[in-house]
Amino acid sequence: MTIDTEALGADLLQQVNDAAELSALEDIRIAALGKKGAITAEMKKLGGLDPEARKAAGQALNQIKDAVAKAIEARKSDLETAALDAKLAGERIDVSLPIRPEKSGRLHPISQTFDEIVAIFGEMGFAVAEGPDIEDDFHNFSALNIPANHPARQMQDTFYLKEPDETGENAVVLRTHTSPVQVRTMEAGNLPIRIIAPGRTYRSDSDITHTPMFHQVEGLVIDKKTHFGHLKGCLQEFCSAYFEVDDVPLQFRPSYFPFTEPSAEVDIGCTRKGGELTIGHGDDWLEILGCGMVHPKVLKMSGIDPDEYQGFAFGMGIERIAMLKYGIPDLRTFFEADVRWLKHYGFVPLEAASLVRGLTP
Amino acid sequence: MKFTLSWLKDHLETDASLEEITGALTSIGLELEGVEDAAAQLEPFTICYVREAKQHPNADRLRVCMVETGTGEVVQVVCGAPNARTGMKGVFAPSGSHIPGTGVDLKPGVLRGEESNGMLCSEREMGLSDDHDGIIDLPDDAPLGESFATYMGLDDPVIEIGVTPNRGDALGVRGIARDLAAKGLGTLKPLNAPKVEGSYDSPISWARADEVGDDCPFVTGRHFRNVKNGPSPAWMQQRLMAIGLRPISALVDITNYVTFDLGRPLHVFDAAKVKSDTLVMRPCKGGETILALDGKEYTMEAGMTAIMDGDTVDGIGGVMGGELSGCTEETTEVFLEVALFDPIRVAATGRRLGINSDARFRFERGLDPDSVEWGPDVAARMVLELCGGETSRLTSAGTKPDNRISVSMRPERLKSFGGCDISAADAETILSKLGFETTVEDGAIQATTPTWRNDIEHEHCLIEEVLRIHGFDKVPALSLERETALPQPILSLAQRRVAFSKKVLAGRGLLEAVTWSFMPRAEAEHFGGGSDEMMLANPISADLDAMRPSILPNLLSAAARNADRGQPDAGLFEVGPAYRDMSPKGQDMVAAGIRVGQAVPRNWEGAVRPVDAFDAKADVMAVLDACGAPVDRFQVSTDAPGWYHPGRSGCLRLGPNVIAYFGEIHPGTVRRSGLKGRAAGFEIFMDRIPQPKSKKGGGKSRVLLKISPYQPLTRDFAFMVDADVQADKLSRAAMGADKQLVVAAEVFDVYEGAELDGRKSVAIAVTLQPKDATLTDKEIEAVSGKIVANVEKQTGGSLRG
Repeated sequence: MTIDTEALGADLLQQVNDAAELSALEDIRIAALGKKGAITAEMKKLGGLDPEARKAAGQALNQIKDAVAKAIEARKSDLETAALDAKLAGERIDVSLPIRPEKSGRLHPISQTFDEIVAIFGEMGFAVAEGPDIEDDFHNFSALNIPANHPARQMQDTFYLKEPDETGENAVVLRTHTSPVQVRTMEAGNLPIRIIAPGRTYRSDSDITHTPMFHQVEGLVIDKKTHFGHLKGCLQEFCSAYFEVDDVPLQFRPSYFPFTEPSAEVDIGCTRKGGELTIGHGDDWLEILGCGMVHPKVLKMSGIDPDEYQGFAFGMGIERIAMLKYGIPDLRTFFEADVRWLKHYGFVPLEAASLVRGLTP
Repeated sequence: MKFTLSWLKDHLETDASLEEITGALTSIGLELEGVEDAAAQLEPFTICYVREAKQHPNADRLRVCMVETGTGEVVQVVCGAPNARTGMKGVFAPSGSHIPGTGVDLKPGVLRGEESNGMLCSEREMGLSDDHDGIIDLPDDAPLGESFATYMGLDDPVIEIGVTPNRGDALGVRGIARDLAAKGLGTLKPLNAPKVEGSYDSPISWARADEVGDDCPFVTGRHFRNVKNGPSPAWMQQRLMAIGLRPISALVDITNYVTFDLGRPLHVFDAAKVKSDTLVMRPCKGGETILALDGKEYTMEAGMTAIMDGDTVDGIGGVMGGELSGCTEETTEVFLEVALFDPIRVAATGRRLGINSDARFRFERGLDPDSVEWGPDVAARMVLELCGGETSRLTSAGTKPDNRISVSMRPERLKSFGGCDISAADAETILSKLGFETTVEDGAIQATTPTWRNDIEHEHCLIEEVLRIHGFDKVPALSLERETALPQPILSLAQRRVAFSKKVLAGRGLLEAVTWSFMPRAEAEHFGGGSDEMMLANPISADLDAMRPSILPNLLSAAARNADRGQPDAGLFEVGPAYRDMSPKGQDMVAAGIRVGQAVPRNWEGAVRPVDAFDAKADVMAVLDACGAPVDRFQVSTDAPGWYHPGRSGCLRLGPNVIAYFGEIHPGTVRRSGLKGRAAGFEIFMDRIPQPKSKKGGGKSRVLLKISPYQPLTRDFAFMVDADVQADKLSRAAMGADKQLVVAAEVFDVYEGAELDGRKSVAIAVTLQPKDATLTDKEIEAVSGKIVANVEKQTGGSLRG
């Protein structure tokens, strides 16, 4: 008896390649390789052959069996891939559709500016001090060398919760500047002092460039050696760092504040070419802050000996420097909470301002 | 303070240019606020001669003029003015000029066939007045070709400076000149105040009531007779007009002129209208009335200083004179007042009466007391010069105060306080140019203050004077010395938590707002505030009159404004103060936020969802978590304040301490804010978040993490409880059943239905985490039993079968 292994093999491989579906392929596998399959059946016949022929036929059958098994695997993989492709083709989505609605929050420019101020003065060793918005007239005026009836009290339009009595004192006010925090810090008496005090301030004034509430940051240094040159250096370094302009030009103009002497107003260099304001080296000046050496009377009133201690103070408007740095045109918009404005001028909240990482996100 | 360049040069001998002067003013603290240089604007305009003006051949109303410009050329100009005529002197503008009054740039043109190469100008075209009836017609002797501005005296630049309140002496041109001279811009000329001897005794005397005290320490004056009051001379009128004053008559103009020239307010009475023979400085009793020079009637208050003519108030001391005794064109007899008044009294009087006068402005900043010495002579010189007549001897009352003090300055303090190396000699020179009398004693400069400087008190005042004149720009800028090699932490935990909360809330999609600390009283009252104590006495407007007890109303109205602008789903927060009372501790740091409208807006994929209490609760929990608060220990109570929805809001507490409110905003509150739809909000009291326990030794190391190698397993339980049992009670009971094994108990289903008859089903998923070995069925059985028992005990519920 002979076995036409070649024909069997060719037939089975043809069937495998013709299988159009996985189920058909499985049927072919069973029909070829199963217990009752064609190859198995041929194998069973081998016992009737003489040893030589059995060996040859056996090898041939084994080869066919391997070839068919391999072909089935290959065909199976092809069919599976095709099936998956077909399935995925049906799962197509329109990836141009928008993402699910998400809200994207922003920090207010005042918070960002405040963080930047803290980052810079922090590097110079200033701690952050705070005080109440509602102040007595002692801390807001008298302790700052602004006695009742002093013309400087008329320089500031004060909001009163309680108006002064006949003596002109004992009033309760909304602080007109952050300077009362200076007084409270000095009263606490932990010398030397190096603080900034940012916060809300109030003046009864409302027009294009004034709002009844705004923010200031106050700075105070008290020790035994800090002089007017240090004041200039400190503010020069702050302004260069904050505006991110190397050696930004500053002009210190002699001025008057009751609580400092000498006093200065500080202008920063800028240009207004083409109607656009740019901070930096230019032909124009813009006032940005007031400062001076702390008045000896102010030291004395807070219990500090002016013969031993001295130092400087400064104050600047946070909105003002934010407007200048970030090109925000209108002060009043800071307080309108218009979501379009907040989204546009606000800041992503990812990291705190830092001189070493970069001030502005 | 305004003055003109030529006026300044009356007092300052200088070659300095206008630019040098204006630059120096700012550098010495007399801040330049503006320069008006009319000459620059009028530069193209010159005086011309109209050689011929003949009728335009093609236009009835036009004339063709041949104009001599003074440069030798003759220009043809077509002119429409009715007064253009042959032989007149006028003002010529050549082609190319900018005409300030009309804003037109002149171009050569042809008018009805006749060439025109320039313009003969009217006052309106020059920007001088509204007069457009005809062209300017100058006298025949006007010099041909000269600048029109020069001819008219308009070539005197007007300088305006800001004067700080301590520098009353710079409210006179002479004081400004003195400062400039000290700066090195020239030499101060001597004061033109020759002694004027009177020829008769004044028929009116000055007197002071004793009670007036220091409110008027001294007054002097003199009488003038046979004067002729009329217009003041052109030079004086020009200067007064240049600084914005209206010339009135010579006598009145003299008082105004001296006020600005020397900072010395004067007053002149028409002596014929003074009824008594003595004018008395006296404090008012209150209720007296006066018709003042501004034409308004004022009622005096007790203590105000009055100039009394018998029972009549004839002047408000240091503030304003009386109309009835004022000088007019008919005045022939004059009585002069040169007085000193107390600055505080003058300021208070002016403020109470609402009068801002040039006199008040100067008296309240402090006057040179020596001005009572030269004031009557300066006034007499000018009155006699301008109005003729003769003057009396002086009449005075009181004692002139001596305000001079001696102040010492150690020159080394210029360096150790002022930061600048200036020699003692240079410092002394500066001080003496400013009028101080200086000597050197024991190496210190002893400076006696000039009478016009009331603001100098101590050594640092002298340092400021020297530094100011020397130049702040010459002080070298030095870096602050660092106390430590590396920067130190500078924020308190509370300050950092404020920063964290802002970042968390912005990170959760909310926009940070900053809103007013005040709000309408009705809103404040609705939110638990608005007490009388917390009202502003002088609000900027009626709807900003109460200190805010809560931030929420501001955020709600902001959301309403945004909705009106087509932004309906605002999510806003603010971290800032809310005010309980007016004490320094009556201010809380609050993180508040709102979400309005749709939490999930319309989108292509799924359903919309309006905001709800859990949006707000999530915001609160995120902030508290970021602040390191023990979030799992908070209890929820349902007693949030009335501006929250009573059934959809809560308080997060630690024992009695309320850390936060959250929930849906009460629909009534939402409506009153002008919002439609739903709003959810929260308020977190930042200062009430507990401080973390500090580690021993202050280290930052964490508790060692122990991760069990054994698989955790989850068992679900459903309980029937009364509908008012809070779900978190079940979780807590499950957690408490076995504190070792139970590591989590999350509510994953709540079912309430009418058929449950006032009860609800709550399902929790309990996670068990074995630590030492895998749990046996028996152990699981046991812990499940404990969980069921504890939940049933704590909630009064029962396990669902």
